[in-house]
Amino acid sequence: MDAFEKVFEAKLEAEEKIEPKDWMPEKYRKTLIRQISQHAHSEIVGMLPEGNWITRAPSLRRKVALLAKVQDEAGHGLYLYSAAETLGVERATLLDQLHEGKAKYSSIFNYPTVSWADIGAIGWLVDGAAIMNQVMLTRASYGPYARAMVRICKEESFHQRQGYEIMMTLSNGSEEQKAMAQDALDRWWWPSLMMFGPSDKESTHSAQSMAWKIKRKSNDDLRQQFVDVSVPQAEYLGLKIPDDKLKWNEERGHYDFGEIDWDEFWNVIKGNGPCNEERLAARVKAHEEGEWVRDAALAYAEKHSNKQKVEA
Amino acid sequence: MKNKIAKYLIQLGDNCLILGQRLGELCGHGPALEIDIALTNISLDLLGQTRAYFQYAAEMSDDFDNEDQIAFLRKSSDYRNCHLTELPNTDFAHTIIRQFLFDQYHQLLLTDLMNSNDEKLKAIATKSIKEVNYHLRFSKDWVIRLGDGTETSKVKMQEALNTVWRYTEELLRPSELDIEMEGLGIGTNPDQLKEEYFEKVKSVLQFATLEIPENKFFGKGGKEGVHTEHFGYILSDLQYMQRTYPNQQW
Repeated sequence: MDAFEKVFEAKLEAEEKIEPKDWMPEKYRKTLIRQISQHAHSEIVGMLPEGNWITRAPSLRRKVALLAKVQDEAGHGLYLYSAAETLGVERATLLDQLHEGKAKYSSIFNYPTVSWADIGAIGWLVDGAAIMNQVMLTRASYGPYARAMVRICKEESFHQRQGYEIMMTLSNGSEEQKAMAQDALDRWWWPSLMMFGPSDKESTHSAQSMAWKIKRKSNDDLRQQFVDVSVPQAEYLGLKIPDDKLKWNEERGHYDFGEIDWDEFWNVIKGNGPCNEERLAARVKAHEEGEWVRDAALAYAEKHSNKQKVEA
Repeated sequence: MKNKIAKYLIQLGDNCLILGQRLGELCGHGPALEIDIALTNISLDLLGQTRAYFQYAAEMSDDFDNEDQIAFLRKSSDYRNCHLTELPNTDFAHTIIRQFLFDQYHQLLLTDLMNSNDEKLKAIATKSIKEVNYHLRFSKDWVIRLGDGTETSKVKMQEALNTVWRYTEELLRPSELDIEMEGLGIGTNPDQLKEEYFEKVKSVLQFATLEIPENKFFGKGGKEGVHTEHFGYILSDLQYMQRTYPNQQW
């Protein structure tokens, strides 16, 4: 271990943040770039399934709330790309990796939003699962990432309450609305559990990330925590979680639950989910159609680098 | 009289609703993240303004009890928005030209409505103008940047301008209601804004090195409830939930 590495390890040990100009092992840098950019991609791809309901939201209040929420996701994407840039990689490069299918994003966004209740279920479950992960990341060892997560978590927890409130309204509504809410829970429950990633014994990156204090809890621990908080929330809504094996285990002090369909899990990751192609195609289309706009903005800035003021 | 004021508020709100709805379609599909965020902001502001107009209209109206009835449960011919707000997001050039041509009108309108003798309308205008000043700055800057950017962007912007231009006049053509409300000191006759509107718009377009199109046929009819072919599709999205599941709370 050389002197630089000793300083790095000592900082980790002392729970001090690693900052952009600090020395860090190349693998630590690469792991962070991979994780932060995946996270950023997830935010912007995640805009699509929810954005799908903006024009059809059932009331003005809901429309405005949904727009604001999807806009927040874009904002999260921005902070995260900026955090990744502190590690010496450009946003454009990361976007190219996404568009070429080389970078991953959260598989949950490859599922379709087919009813209004899906907007509630996503807020409640998907944002809820994301928060479990992200609260842990506010303590990540890399400073810019941890700080971005603090702000993101505040907004996500607002989104989660908003989603749960949609579910509550539906559950207290007409029979049709209750059925809509149950149907959404049926479809989003398992994909939400999959958000925590492969089980600990299958997870390739987990051990190293925990040693580097990027990650603080294992996938299975987080998943258990999510199940434990979600069950009473579903009960309060009067909805049934679609898992026959779900049962309180007095001895463990946790809920036992059924096995995830890992075949589906790996298939969606490999690109065979219901909306993988559409999601990527939508991002690529927006990017390609925006190219002339970005080029023109650069050309204009170069032409007018002396900053003329416009009077109009 | 109260019902007439409600109708006027609805006419004002309809432009905001329909343009807000159009911009909402773009959320997640913008040419860059920053632009996506800004366009969504404008959409949010416009929908917020819509709510202010419609909530007030619901208080004044004989026909409606709440903002959602007004927004979602009218027939096409009862919407009073101008055609410009219905135009599709063909590409970013069309979107930003449409936005600029609307924002300049909107700013002049609200500046005048800030003198309304109706206290609530005055308050709505006073709050909204702050937002609209920002919208105008954003759309104006982009019109200039893209008009005077690359050869490609100039061609695209000129094409978009040529398409959207003929919808400008309707913004400034008074409806009977406009004239009546102006007479009462409540509203604005947009005809009075016309000269300043075209002067300001042309100066920006010249700055953007774009050619002002010839005035050919000017679109009209929105304020009388006769809309473009696009409008039915906008409503089928907008009204989908309320029509499919009537009389429910969301």
